[in-house]
Amino acid sequence: MALTGIQIFKLLPQTNCKECGSPTCLAFAMNLASGKAELDSCPYVSDEAREKLAEASAPPIRPVKLGKGVRACVAGGETVMYRHEKTFYSPTVLAACINGDIKKKDLESKLKAWNAIQYERVGLNLRPEMVAIKDTGDAKAFAETAKTVAETSEFNVILMTENPDTMKAGVDACGSKRPLLYGATADNIDAMGKLAVDAGLPLGVKADSIDALTGLTQKLTGMGLKDIVMDPGSREPKKSLEDMVAIRRAALKAGNKALGFPTIAFPCEMASNPEVETMIAAMHIAKYGSIVVLSDFVGETVFPLLLERLNIFTDPQRPMTVTEGIYEIGNPDENSPVLVTTNFALTYFIVSGEIENSKVPSWLLIKDSEGLSVLTAWAAGKFAGDDVGAFVKKCGIMDKVKHTELIIPGYAAAIAGEIEEELPGWTITVGPREAPHIPGFLKARK
Amino acid sequence: MGFEIAKESYAGSIKEISIGKGKKAVKVGGETSYPFYLFEGEMPNKPKVAMEIWDIKPEDWPESATAPFKDVLGDPAAWAKKCVKDYGADMIVLQLKSIDPNGNNAGPADAVATVKKVAAAIDVPLIIWGSANVEKDAEVFKKIAEDCQDLTLTMGPVEEKNHKTIGAAAMGYGHLVISSSPIDVNLAKQVNILLENLGMPMDRVLVDPTTGGLGYGLEYTYSVMERLRMAAMAQGDDKLQFPMVNNLGNEVWKSKEAKLTADEAPTLGDPERRGILMEAVGAVSYLMSGSDVLFMRHPEAVRMVRSFIDKLAD
Ligand code: B12
Ligand code: SF4
Repeated sequence: MALTGIQIFKLLPQTNCKECGSPTCLAFAMNLASGKAELDSCPYVSDEAREKLAEASAPPIRPVKLGKGVRACVAGGETVMYRHEKTFYSPTVLAACINGDIKKKDLESKLKAWNAIQYERVGLNLRPEMVAIKDTGDAKAFAETAKTVAETSEFNVILMTENPDTMKAGVDACGSKRPLLYGATADNIDAMGKLAVDAGLPLGVKADSIDALTGLTQKLTGMGLKDIVMDPGSREPKKSLEDMVAIRRAALKAGNKALGFPTIAFPCEMASNPEVETMIAAMHIAKYGSIVVLSDFVGETVFPLLLERLNIFTDPQRPMTVTEGIYEIGNPDENSPVLVTTNFALTYFIVSGEIENSKVPSWLLIKDSEGLSVLTAWAAGKFAGDDVGAFVKKCGIMDKVKHTELIIPGYAAAIAGEIEEELPGWTITVGPREAPHIPGFLKARK
Repeated sequence: MGFEIAKESYAGSIKEISIGKGKKAVKVGGETSYPFYLFEGEMPNKPKVAMEIWDIKPEDWPESATAPFKDVLGDPAAWAKKCVKDYGADMIVLQLKSIDPNGNNAGPADAVATVKKVAAAIDVPLIIWGSANVEKDAEVFKKIAEDCQDLTLTMGPVEEKNHKTIGAAAMGYGHLVISSSPIDVNLAKQVNILLENLGMPMDRVLVDPTTGGLGYGLEYTYSVMERLRMAAMAQGDDKLQFPMVNNLGNEVWKSKEAKLTADEAPTLGDPERRGILMEAVGAVSYLMSGSDVLFMRHPEAVRMVRSFIDKLAD
């Protein structure tokens, strides 16, 4: 819970020395409360006051950093229940399981197959990030596998064992890659807690109810551990949904600090086949799973989940856009076709991808339409004929080509006439409606 | 003291609407909590799946989607019957693709004939989905409403621009309507109010928020559905307390990724299961944001989604 200016003022030295740049401590306190000042500007705050203030200003759900390298990620850090209230910040982390005693060769081929599961979309690389290594009773093999995953792949690691000695072996094997230790239970919490604190690593904690979880996280915080991930133990989809909602509400609405941590859910333990597992994972991407553990990564199950995740975690206040301008695809020359579309990132990437597929070098003009798709922009008056015409004139394409033909999206056929008025002498050609028909269309023109 | 969940205080609930008539009528809506939040309210009717059939033979479906219907494509009555008999469809949604003015531009009489044939072949409720061309849909639905008076059809999308024609026809001949607006809370409310002012009985209205495909606008629909549910339930806005429908199969299966073959996209996994899972994952997302009726295509996706609904609701 944020403190008020007066509450902060009580924690300050109250000497009005002005070194912070504010005329009085009270003024400084007010600025702090409204986010206009930084606590560090006052050299005289006591450590105790500093701690209290930090605690009060801590995010309601702690963002926990997981892993290292290109697939490092953050779990938690959410501030709202519904994405339209602001945005969701930390896309649900996807993990899949490997047994600790997997044969070296099988592990290699698995990692190779999993590594291939990445997709370019709207300028992003969509891919899962973690591998959960399961203890099968052989600490040496467990550590060995952890080491191989950490050193030979980009994947980050979840060390899954309740045995502190095995965990120690795992930490020794891959601690530098900041694995998530999963986990602590009521039975091993002292040893696991200590291990995590000493190694400075995040710790997953599992209980058989939210109530029990609260006690365990409080104990861990008491030991000085900050990076905690919570598993309320539910292994049945209906209960799991309830628990995830309850935890998110407790942290955000009731200010329950003991539950202010990211969560981990295990669809792999809630279903007996990949289809059901995928649907449960989909539920937890929408509803409050910070990490979701699957039994395997295969293209046809992971891809839909990655798409869903991309959608749910896109900032609703800012459509993804690309910059207005002229885009060259495949070294176009003065005779190459000129196409125009909007600056909605999804539209741009789909259309440019299809032009590339056509192998016909082309100029693609991107008109700023405030990040709206073709039909939406047209309906909203952001892709009107006169605008598009004026844009074609001023964007500089006329200096680059000798011809006078402009290809517009099929869905924007209605603006062809207006563009012609704005661009006398130009031929306006209505292209196909759906992008997959662009290659055929461009090739047929040659 | 043990942990207690911070419960939502609801000021309203979703209307219960009966689709179709007779023994096989299907009730939807009636929720007194957010979707599947059964720890603080009820969902007296589980969300339902309406299986989609087309009035023309689809030309651009991937093989995985046509395979289950090989023997019936192009014969909407047989197709509908197959969905009910073989796949246990609760409802059928007939997509009138043929009437699209940019396509075949078939007239109202043809549409009526198809509707009658399909209705005669099944005993479950029939939903008719138009072309989303406001003028053409008005013309076609007016005729269907008149000529199929005793069928208790559900017709949509009904938009601001054609609500008068379709609303009046539906009202007069005992049909239901699906009030449709482009992903906007205020516009959704507006169409509902217009229908109410027209005299449309409000127990014969469903809402279509406009559905985006998975990876193609799902996030916008998802959020507007959550907002519609919040307005209906947390703020108690009685102009928005209607069950929602999502025309999902149509959106998902038209996406490029649902159609790519294994050769074209080796890393996207098995092409058949990929499409099915894209449809199922889209369905789960919309179930979580408040869908009451999902229009779906692939029998396997339908089966999976129904079992998922059972898992969450039972
Ligand atoms: C998501 C969405 C929104 C989002 C915006 C998303 C965005 N960033 O654009 C929101 C919720 C904000 C929105 C708002 C509105 N929307 Co809207 N929206 C949609 C929805 C569901 C999907 C749009 C989408 O993202 N498509 C995906 C992109 C990639 O498609 P695209 O840009 O068209 O590109 C494709 C083709 O055009 C082609 N292509 C693109 N460029 C080019 C270039 C060339 C040369 C060629 C050949 C081809 C080509 O390739 C692409 C892939 O095939 C559609 C309905 C639907 N299911 O399609 C309605 C839809 C587009 N919206 C509509 C409307 C009316 C609106 C509003 C005006 C409603 C209102 N009155 O407020 C507002 C306007 C926005 C505003 N005032 O700010 C209508 C438009 C109807 C019409 N024909 O006039 C639609 C069709 C819904 C409907 N049936 O009523 N919308
Ligand atoms: S620097 Fe610190 S002590 Fe000095 S006026 Fe500012 S807040 Fe007060």
